[in-house]
Amino acid sequence: MPTVNRPGARLAWIGQAFLLGLALLVLVILGRALAANPILFLQQVLNGLQLGFVYALIALGYTMVYGIVKLINFAHGDVFMVGAFVSYFAVARFRLSEWPAAAFPGMPGWLVLLLGSLTVILLSMTICAILAVTIERVAYKPLRDAPRIAALITAIGVSFFLEYFGALGFVFSPRFIPYERMFNVTTWTVGAGGIHRLVSGQAVPDNAITISNIFVIILLASILMQTLLQFLVRRTKIGKAMRASSFDKPTARLMGINVDGVISFTFAVGAAFAGLAGVLFAIAYPSITSQMGILPGLKAFIAAVLGGIGSIPGALVGALIMGQAEALTAGYISTPMRDAVAFTILIVVFLVRPRGIFGEPEGEKA
Amino acid sequence: MNFVYLATSALKIVALLAYLYALLWVLGRKQLWAKIVGVVAAFGVVQLAMTPIGGLRIFNDFDSGLLYQACTMSMVAMGLNLIYGFNGQFSLGQWGFYGVGAYAAADITYRWVDGDARGLLVAGIGVALGGLMILGVNRFVNRFKGMPVLSQFTLYLLGAILAGWVAVVIGNALNPLLAPLLEEGGPLAGYIPQQIVFFLAVVIAGVFTAELSFLFGLPVLTLGSDYFGIATLGFAIIVYTLMNNSDTILPFPEMKGGRGMIGIPQYTTWFWAFLFLLVVIVVMRNLIYSSTGRAIMAVREDETAAKAMGINVAQNKLLAFVIGSLFAGLGGAIYAHYIGFLSPGAFTFLLGFNPMIIVVFGGLGSMTGTLTASFGWIFFLEGLLRVILSQLGTDAPTWRFVLYPIALLLLMLLKPAGLLGNVEWGFFKKPVFVRVRGAGGVAPAPAGAAGEGGQP
Amino acid sequence: MNASSSAPAAVPVLEIRRLTKVFGGLRAVGDFNLEVQKGALDGLIGPNGAGKTTVFNMISGLYAPTEGAILLNGEPTVGLEPYEITNMGVGRTFQNIRLFQNLTVLDNVRIAYHPHAGYSLADGLTRNGRFSANEHELTERAQDFLAIFGLDRVQNELAKNLPYGEQRRVEIARALASNPKLLLLDEPAAGMNPNEISRLMEYIHFIRDRFSLTILLIEHQMRLVMNICERLTVMDFGQVIARGTPREIQDNPQVIEAYLGRGAIGRAGVIRKDI
Repeated sequence: MPTVNRPGARLAWIGQAFLLGLALLVLVILGRALAANPILFLQQVLNGLQLGFVYALIALGYTMVYGIVKLINFAHGDVFMVGAFVSYFAVARFRLSEWPAAAFPGMPGWLVLLLGSLTVILLSMTICAILAVTIERVAYKPLRDAPRIAALITAIGVSFFLEYFGALGFVFSPRFIPYERMFNVTTWTVGAGGIHRLVSGQAVPDNAITISNIFVIILLASILMQTLLQFLVRRTKIGKAMRASSFDKPTARLMGINVDGVISFTFAVGAAFAGLAGVLFAIAYPSITSQMGILPGLKAFIAAVLGGIGSIPGALVGALIMGQAEALTAGYISTPMRDAVAFTILIVVFLVRPRGIFGEPEGEKA
Repeated sequence: MNFVYLATSALKIVALLAYLYALLWVLGRKQLWAKIVGVVAAFGVVQLAMTPIGGLRIFNDFDSGLLYQACTMSMVAMGLNLIYGFNGQFSLGQWGFYGVGAYAAADITYRWVDGDARGLLVAGIGVALGGLMILGVNRFVNRFKGMPVLSQFTLYLLGAILAGWVAVVIGNALNPLLAPLLEEGGPLAGYIPQQIVFFLAVVIAGVFTAELSFLFGLPVLTLGSDYFGIATLGFAIIVYTLMNNSDTILPFPEMKGGRGMIGIPQYTTWFWAFLFLLVVIVVMRNLIYSSTGRAIMAVREDETAAKAMGINVAQNKLLAFVIGSLFAGLGGAIYAHYIGFLSPGAFTFLLGFNPMIIVVFGGLGSMTGTLTASFGWIFFLEGLLRVILSQLGTDAPTWRFVLYPIALLLLMLLKPAGLLGNVEWGFFKKPVFVRVRGAGGVAPAPAGAAGEGGQP
Repeated sequence: MNASSSAPAAVPVLEIRRLTKVFGGLRAVGDFNLEVQKGALDGLIGPNGAGKTTVFNMISGLYAPTEGAILLNGEPTVGLEPYEITNMGVGRTFQNIRLFQNLTVLDNVRIAYHPHAGYSLADGLTRNGRFSANEHELTERAQDFLAIFGLDRVQNELAKNLPYGEQRRVEIARALASNPKLLLLDEPAAGMNPNEISRLMEYIHFIRDRFSLTILLIEHQMRLVMNICERLTVMDFGQVIARGTPREIQDNPQVIEAYLGRGAIGRAGVIRKDI
């Protein structure tokens, strides 16, 4: 077949060599870290896992909303922040987590704790969902037919509004607030000598890693939510409506789907997950501020894009990568560089897979 | 007292808009002498207002500070309008390039007044070599047609590293020759050399920013739409993080990382700010109303159709991105030498939404809109609102950021196309074309056929 | 094998050999062959979804063929960028009009001159003599083009504000301004009334003679196709099912079947099942 002589096509190896070199560099750094202190390395991986599972919860909201309205919902990170604050007020100000003990004095302690914590979490999730639906109705819906930039700028505006309104003295105040957990932290050491409960004040043995109950809770909650969402999207009627609406809104409308309702529902579900993530994040890193949502929100968003926006498993995978990148960078390169590393990974992934790991390649169009 | 302040502020803003209109009007005159006289007059009027005459100044330090900020913001926003408004590439990285320009220029002059010529030498040589490298690699890439973008990027990156390394070596070697001349009382330590170095620093910072944007834009511009936006946001955040660690991760102890770079010589005067703003305005307008400008806009309108019209879409995107970043770099350099203090906090990506919002406020693809919105924004938000709110109490600065997204939301809901739409004034108006040949008189087509076909 | 072995005069303007395009699992075009001689006015017809526009997109380089070769005047084009192919002399219009909506009619046409504008970016930025001379020249040429199509009075309107028929004409004028040797028209008569179609036919004849073009067009309007095309190629399901003069095609049983017969009925059945 006569084809054009394209000598440059044979030079693709230059780019591939570059990527390979980059990958080797990362592997060498990680390999050396692992060889130097495997226990520490494992601990960093676990830290990354904890972070990753929180990011996964936030990322779901981004990926669902983007999938259905093609909007980068910048305010999502701030909804996450509101979730944390709602639980703070519920626990520290209104003692909501102790209501079962007040209502049923004879109740065993563990049940009080469980019911109380669940109440607080559900309250956070509900308020976040209501907030997100309100935002959607007030700020985004009127702009659904406007140019996309208008909706994006509105999202940025809402985000700023939440951050700075929250920073007002009579709202959340501009300061960092120490967060009060609903339960006590229990830490176990896992090592060659078996699993032991770490008594406070006791030093961690060198040859053991530590796992806290917070880690376990985050892990379980995140996996549970991912499964629930997968079920919701794949097996239920509303899930089918969501998929139809994200695929083709006008047709979905013609098929009798209440697209506006579906969009609101998507916002609500995403925000509820963000609310849960906010509570978990605050429990794990107990210092909250009205600007705490910016960076986790951004990283969760990168995670969603990294995994392939619109893909639920992609959000989880992307979030786990983000968590590892952050923990390992903080551990082995430099703590302040972790944001830069997160974005560098994103850009490199873009160069290889422009639509993310699980993303569908862009359809050719003409 | 509040009302007096309010009234004078409002008056100032109106006067400013009138001034901008007059400037654009006079630049739009046909005769060269009229332009020159007009520009000199426009410069002189403000210069006069800033000069104390008999102890009286119309523009106090606060006002002139606002003016410089407005000029730099105009440059940044103008560049962004080229990238987003005219070329359609949604970039959130403009603020990062602004920061790069600011730090690069500041480092050169800071070192110079410190008796260290390496900043100027290394940056100058590096930028020159970088330019040569880009041209050289570009010829190579053109010879090997069809090379994947990633391979091209790798070559440019290797070239840039090489150019930088050579520049550092040469700069360090030449520095001892210049160092004695830079000492207190030396021939290069005076006012005139300092002004020249400042000018060079601004130009070098701009070109450096442009080259960096070339390197970054080459692979990233292939992504398209939102993905490009996210990658550029990433660039802004990477730059911010590097600024925060400029003394630990980057080898620039004088930038002092997150503590901020203090003691940058405050060379920015109205002359320099006006000059560079003027350059940006003229370059922008001439670019837009040229064949290249039309190609850039065609890419925004419809990439597929542009390709089918024989336009190299990738090249035009890169061109718009590089020129837009150049403007940002120049703006940053001017800003650094006005404020005298650079802190990474001034370059967070959150503030980076400001130029984006200005561009949308002024109207996408409207140069007049961007210019007016930049000046209006700075004088209204930084000037008027800040002063009024500061009388409310401790929450004042926060209130500013509460009110401004509300205003933004209202604007987006009521007038999503921006305040000015695509109206242009004076100089920015599309040049009127006057035919030399008669209308259709010498038309190469047989008029009959056209007539038959054209009019039923 | 190679076209250069035959006499240069016989080299067709466009030669397509064994062209195949697969989207995912769908074979949109399979084993497609076509020759268009210099000065010809040929048609490519077939039912919806037959793969006609996909062929056009591969000729103009917007799609990369899965297999096969495309030769323009004997030069292979597969692997070139679309803009390079355009600059080799291929102009095209689109099925759904793709004008630069927010630019003026004049600018739409002037954009087509960009690859040979005659001045560089530096000339444009400094507005020197070369810029003025060339910009003036190309603007007048663009205006002359518009005058040919009776569009000179709307030259300063935004393209999106024109009525449909005029937008079609602007698109043809724009394609012609890029100075093509081969013009691809994708359903130029779509959405036109019979009156407008008659005028369009005059246009197509006129531009072919006036600019000594070779034209390949896709069309559903049988009146237009049968009246102006010299040779027709009929496609169905990505395959060529018939070739010949319009008269031959009209009587071809396979073509009738593709349009009306079993195939059409079968497809209608599929559609009904989907609903």
